[in-house]
Amino acid sequence: MQTSDLIFWLVAGLAIMSALVFWLSRNKAMSMETGEKTLHSRLGYYGWYGALMLLIPAVVVALFFSGLHLFHIYSMPPTVLLVLSFSSGLVGAGIAFSHISVDFRARQSVEKMVRALLFSAATLSILITLGIVLSVLFESIQFFKVISFWEFITGTRWEPDTAFLIGAGRADEGIAAPHFGAVPIFAGTFMITGIAMLVAVPVGLFSAIYMSEYASHNWRGRLKPMLEILAGIPTVVYGFFAAITISPLVVQFAESVGFEADYTNALAPGLIMGVMIIPFMSSLSDDVIRAVPQDLRDGSLALGTTQAETIRHVVLPAALPGIVAAFMIAISRAIGETMIVVMAAGLRPNLTMNPLEGMTTVTVKIVEALTGDQEFDSAFTLAAFALGMVLLVVTLLLNVISSFVVRKFSQRYE
Amino acid sequence: MSITVHTPLLRRRYRADRRFRWYGLMALAFALTFLLFFFVDIIHKAMPAMQQAEVKVTVHYSPAVIDNYNKAVSRIDRRIVSKSWLRSLPRTLKAHPEMMGKSEELWLLAESRVDQYLKKHEGHGLKSKYQARVDALRQQSKTRMAFNTTFFSNGDSKLPEYAGVLAAAIGSVLVLLITMSLAIPVGIMTAIYLEEFAPDNYFTQAIEVNINNLAAIPSILYGLLGLAVFINFAGVPRSSALAGGLTLALMTLPVIIISTRAALRSVPESIREAAMGVGASQLQSVWHHVFPLAFPGILTGSIIGMAQAMGETAPLLIVGMMAYIPDAPGSMLEATTVLPAQIYTWSSESLRAFEERTAAGILVLLTVLLSLNAFAVWLRRRSEQIW
Repeated sequence: MQTSDLIFWLVAGLAIMSALVFWLSRNKAMSMETGEKTLHSRLGYYGWYGALMLLIPAVVVALFFSGLHLFHIYSMPPTVLLVLSFSSGLVGAGIAFSHISVDFRARQSVEKMVRALLFSAATLSILITLGIVLSVLFESIQFFKVISFWEFITGTRWEPDTAFLIGAGRADEGIAAPHFGAVPIFAGTFMITGIAMLVAVPVGLFSAIYMSEYASHNWRGRLKPMLEILAGIPTVVYGFFAAITISPLVVQFAESVGFEADYTNALAPGLIMGVMIIPFMSSLSDDVIRAVPQDLRDGSLALGTTQAETIRHVVLPAALPGIVAAFMIAISRAIGETMIVVMAAGLRPNLTMNPLEGMTTVTVKIVEALTGDQEFDSAFTLAAFALGMVLLVVTLLLNVISSFVVRKFSQRYE
Repeated sequence: MSITVHTPLLRRRYRADRRFRWYGLMALAFALTFLLFFFVDIIHKAMPAMQQAEVKVTVHYSPAVIDNYNKAVSRIDRRIVSKSWLRSLPRTLKAHPEMMGKSEELWLLAESRVDQYLKKHEGHGLKSKYQARVDALRQQSKTRMAFNTTFFSNGDSKLPEYAGVLAAAIGSVLVLLITMSLAIPVGIMTAIYLEEFAPDNYFTQAIEVNINNLAAIPSILYGLLGLAVFINFAGVPRSSALAGGLTLALMTLPVIIISTRAALRSVPESIREAAMGVGASQLQSVWHHVFPLAFPGILTGSIIGMAQAMGETAPLLIVGMMAYIPDAPGSMLEATTVLPAQIYTWSSESLRAFEERTAAGILVLLTVLLSLNAFAVWLRRRSEQIW
């Protein structure tokens, strides 16, 4: 039996059985009700009680043994698993069935179980984080067994081409050792992120100021969704636009002023990424600027300042923690952005200060390493996980700093 | 009311004031001009793909066609007519032997280079010999432009004139269904727990911080998770809809949790108190009163989350969903592609005709996404309630 068949039979069987048990339990409760004694809970709760008592043990058993199988601790044929799951469900349903009586507090039992279900849904998010951290960590540890961490962080040469030969057991054939120095990749990431922030911060911030301080309520209602369209455009579309439209424009422009530019220059993806980030910057800043109490503005204007001076000297300082947080979030978006750079930036790591040259980024290298036909455990693919770990650490740090800034420095107005 | 300004200092300050306001306007104008330029450019690039050249050529159904389909048309026309129709000819002839020996004039799909040449695109790549033939055909008005139905009724193909978005669209729907059926229930349950039931302790705070962190993690890392956990560990087939759907479900989960919490929080406390006041339990007050009132908000958040998942590409590339898929997938374990991934694969093709198809694919994707988003905004406006 295939895994997909197993899942199908499990879901179908449990659905039919739980519907049946629901109906049976409900009927039993109904038949118990007599003229002088009424049921403790509403009828439906008895049905739900039976169904949940069937489903919860059955699903727990199925998940438990699937887990054992996945961790290679203990495997059993799918049919046995199915039978075990169903029978434990039926035992649960039997217990539930015997509980049902006029005085049985079905509602309380159901509520307890539902609460437990909601709680386990909430803990799932922790499992996801754990999954991300562990999957990235394990593969990175594999990588750092071969390449030293220090070389990875400080090396300036990224020449992994020979790694797969070593992976194929041909290390002793006199080939050049692969180099995994990630500095040029980090430099490219910083360059493109920097260009993006140069676009996104002024445009986003000034848009936010205009929308919250100058525009009328109606105009604000129209402008904000229009800006948010920019965030709704898929990144693969931006990537195409950057590569096909903007990059040639940048090259043409550079030539007209006497510079030379690659078609994979860092400027085009940087500019487009900046545009993509504008709504993050503007929406978040707009919210915090509007949260500054009107009293502060009125007080400042009453002293005879112009509106611009009020904004610059009173409103913006008051909103600064929120703006800094928005800035951090925008940076982490830019660093983690993938499709724009995959499609419009270069593949060759290049340590340069010139944004007109081709540069590559962390995310490009991850995609390159994992979409090729390399063996999964070669150092070349493992490098992707090491780069992923750097990305994870940096975004988490940015997030922690931004929430720290908000918590520590934001003013509370009564 | 105009104020006459006398002192130079005041004049300077007023000028600075106007300038500041002007900066704001410029910033907005920049963003909106970009948006306009972007849409005009994409539509301009996509429009040619809506039309596809057809040519009228004579087809001979000779016995030699069974072995070599190229023999159905004259030597020069072989480079002008699309292979897509010709290669199916032997099968048709075997099924209908009565056609053998006849010949007829048919309107056939033109080869992509011919199509590009007729559209007068630079870099069409058609050799001058064939250009002359096409020009001759055009003079006899044996070429025409027809609406490109192939694009909407076909899957991917190595022949640009025969490539379409249907397989990718079906793949997208399949992946989204998996994402939806996992992320929305779990997300709503988590949000209800955190907002309505969770005690204020360290564990709850840890979950909350954790969800905020998950929302900030770049999408590509979810791809690494999907690759390491679902594919390498749990053995889900690479590039299957299941692998993609599971990965996207994890990615959209924080979005749905955060928006559902906001919707639940906007229901005033008095509703809960009133429900409990007449004897409802906490769960009953949530299930009968708070949840239905928050439902439009939850729906809006879920739609936006799904739109985000639909446009996402990076994690799907990592779990292998950029394979060449000519047919729509039959099950969720088969290799599948999705619209954004299809756009990505087309954009890296070198033939000129793929560029307009990429733009047309983008137009399809943008239409779907923007209508989803517009629907969500409309829903939010309609159900906005002032308590």
